[in-house]
Amino acid sequence: MNLTLKVWRQKNAQDKGRLETYEANNISEHMSFLEMLDVVNEQLVGEGVDPIHFDHDCREGICGACSLVINGTPHGHQKATTTCQLHMRHFKDGDTIYIEPFRAKAFPVIKDLVVDRSAFDRIMQAGGFVSVNTGGVPDANAIPIPKEAADKAMDAAACIGCGACVAACKNASAMLFVGAKVSQFASLPQGQVEREKRARAMVAQMDAEGFGNCTNFFECEAVCPKEIKVSVIAKMIREFFRAASTKS
Amino acid sequence: MKLESKAPSGPIAQKWEKHKFDMKLVNPANKRKYKAIVVGSGLAGGSAAASLAELGYNVDCFCFQDSARRAHSISAQGGINAAKNYQNDGDSVYRLFYDTIKGGDFRSREANTYRLAEVSVNIIDQCVAQGVPFAREYGGLLANRSFGGAQVSRTFYARGQTGQQLLLGAYSALSRQIGLGKVKMYPRTEMLDLVLVDGHAKGIVVRNLVTGKVTSHAADAVILATGGYGNVFYLSTNAMACNVTAAYRAYKRGALFANPCYTQIHPTCIPVSGDYQSKLTLMSESLRNDGRIWVPKAKGDKRKAADIPENERDYYLERKYPSFGNLAPRDISSRSAKEVCDEGRGVGETGYGVYLDFADAIGRLGEDVIRERYGNLFDMYERITGENPYKTPMRIYPASHYTMGGLWVDYNLESNIPGLFVIGEANFSDHGANRLGASALMQGLADGYFVLPYTIGDYFARVGAKNIQPDRSEFKEVEKEVEERTNKLLSINGTRSVDSFHKELGKLMWEYCGMARNKQGLEKALQEIPALRERFWNDVKVLGEGSEMNLSLENAGRVADFLEFGEIMCIDALDREESCGAHFREEYQTDEGEALRNDKKYSYVAAWEHRGVGKKPELHKEELEFEFEKPATRSYK
Repeated sequence: MNLTLKVWRQKNAQDKGRLETYEANNISEHMSFLEMLDVVNEQLVGEGVDPIHFDHDCREGICGACSLVINGTPHGHQKATTTCQLHMRHFKDGDTIYIEPFRAKAFPVIKDLVVDRSAFDRIMQAGGFVSVNTGGVPDANAIPIPKEAADKAMDAAACIGCGACVAACKNASAMLFVGAKVSQFASLPQGQVEREKRARAMVAQMDAEGFGNCTNFFECEAVCPKEIKVSVIAKMIREFFRAASTKS
Repeated sequence: MKLESKAPSGPIAQKWEKHKFDMKLVNPANKRKYKAIVVGSGLAGGSAAASLAELGYNVDCFCFQDSARRAHSISAQGGINAAKNYQNDGDSVYRLFYDTIKGGDFRSREANTYRLAEVSVNIIDQCVAQGVPFAREYGGLLANRSFGGAQVSRTFYARGQTGQQLLLGAYSALSRQIGLGKVKMYPRTEMLDLVLVDGHAKGIVVRNLVTGKVTSHAADAVILATGGYGNVFYLSTNAMACNVTAAYRAYKRGALFANPCYTQIHPTCIPVSGDYQSKLTLMSESLRNDGRIWVPKAKGDKRKAADIPENERDYYLERKYPSFGNLAPRDISSRSAKEVCDEGRGVGETGYGVYLDFADAIGRLGEDVIRERYGNLFDMYERITGENPYKTPMRIYPASHYTMGGLWVDYNLESNIPGLFVIGEANFSDHGANRLGASALMQGLADGYFVLPYTIGDYFARVGAKNIQPDRSEFKEVEKEVEERTNKLLSINGTRSVDSFHKELGKLMWEYCGMARNKQGLEKALQEIPALRERFWNDVKVLGEGSEMNLSLENAGRVADFLEFGEIMCIDALDREESCGAHFREEYQTDEGEALRNDKKYSYVAAWEHRGVGKKPELHKEELEFEFEKPATRSYK
């Protein structure tokens, strides 16, 4: 198939940026979206044009590196799918495709489609852990955990930290991301000791990074490639209120 | 050079205990005077950086990804082994040790392998304490599954995302230390060279991948946790940016590279669909429990699978290995698939694929049971291929997956360069010539949490804190070399893209140094690789500048190293005139086509020393001694 691409090009953080038009010809339906971009990049290099920069690595939907807003939707229109797992058979010959970076104040563009998501790391550094050092821990089976609690924790822990939730939200809220981690630990006995401290620290860092608040449109859940549910946001807010009512 | 394993003497079960006591300690107040550089933030690097910081050392940690959480360990699906014996089915540390050493076809170091099995039990405790959500039984205790190469259930798992959950555990411990200021994290920063001061590894030269700035970092020791080199084949199950550069740069500075020819080819991956293919996706080995593998009996049979009658199908694994059938080990299954495809009986458009058919299992158990067992994998297969595996058989083909070879290390995980430690997949020590499933995660975390933090203390205590600064001439010289190399790559301005060279190298390596190797093919590769390398340095086209984010430039540096490293792999494969584990030399097989090991001549670790690009490296041998488990022949008939 032959496609027209409208791609966001931005030389660096200071550059204003613009959409450029490229033709992608003879694209096989079996290609992944990123392989289609690889083909375009090979073509661009041949023509002496700087290739389109985008983040990617594992290309099997788990590392969370790939991003892209495709025709207005983070990771494209296929449900529960990262950009790297989106395949060209879902497009038709003659389509025009708009490709833009994840946009949020807290995710500044570095180059083209590459954005800086280190704000997520800083939120994790503020409290996304159980404070145990290596060694000196009890036997693994000394902490029995009901299967339902373990499954619930795993549902939340499946988050890949890609940031699609932020890109989809009109407020650029990171509450699905933060809520996933807060919920994981709040449903496990290991997370109880630092429960209040964690909720306070992670929410404070989230605010400091410039992410907005949730206003219940649930766009985040709709685009999440790992189908994290907005109930984690409710859980996070509850944990935060609970923490606020105890002494810091 | 005499290679000393430094494995302690005495009964195998007491070696590590004894060694821990014999090692020198750094007292708690002095630990803050030492600094360690950790390169890589996967299971090995992340766990090591966190553990060292917890002990009180200062740590600088580097990764080329945009976040430490994205290291390739995250992709591991199946699970992690540990000799917990929670299932009461007769498991023990000794049994895990035995399975691992046998699985590695008696080409690993006994003392290291035993220690791996020994600390495996601590890993599970540690991860649970961190809040890793392992699968559980209704009673609240941990669940286990069974895996290849073992007769006990000792594999712990978190759905099909065990690597992700373990990595996020290590990342959380690392994040905590970053927050406390004990670890300084450098994401989007790539190590491009190693710096030696008075013969000791005392720092690295890196490039900031956002600004392009090249800088030096000094420390009291350098730890490489930089993963494997499976991408030398271009197509592999590795992430796109996995590379050999850090390890190879250390090799060029004098570290020995051990057993580079031991590369694992995984039998069940989604086949290549065209020239544009960028990577191959693994389909968990567990599918072989219920799927039957077959190809048509006739060559060039292009009918649809459903149109080929039962008596015209060849279930070749069941035919050749009646007792193991479709569950034959990885190396055997991979080679058999290649054989039938080379005969012209492969399926799919390219002819390089075999069927993995669930029709019988669905008929026997119903679609619901199969969905419950493998639903997520079936969905993933459909997403990638557009075919519904409940209706038509899956097509699979082997792909490069893991590399057992790596930098040579002694029992302390220290290379032959003092102060240079190598952990995880980047070293060679624990898996011999073949790795068993669910053992890679175990080794990464064993090295990072429970081995290196002890052994590095002994090094520090022996040499003392040196407080070396990166403004010394040793660093400036290496920085200059790195800059020159970058400028060279940018100045060639030829006609071919970096990827086109990588693909060409990958095809060569796959053809001549892949699943089956022979003398003639390896010699041919050894002629073609240097010629390809020369074409690269004359005709590669790298656009843009060094002083900005430049993905082609990053990639060019990595491919340039693969173009040298591929040669070392072939030299090692040529030198090893036997078949063992994943290394199959066609000249050395039994009448029935099975691997023929030669313990008299080749029971050694081949450790290669750099002698200049294009020159044959010098071979150093570490003879392997099997004091506790005598080498035996494996049979799967």
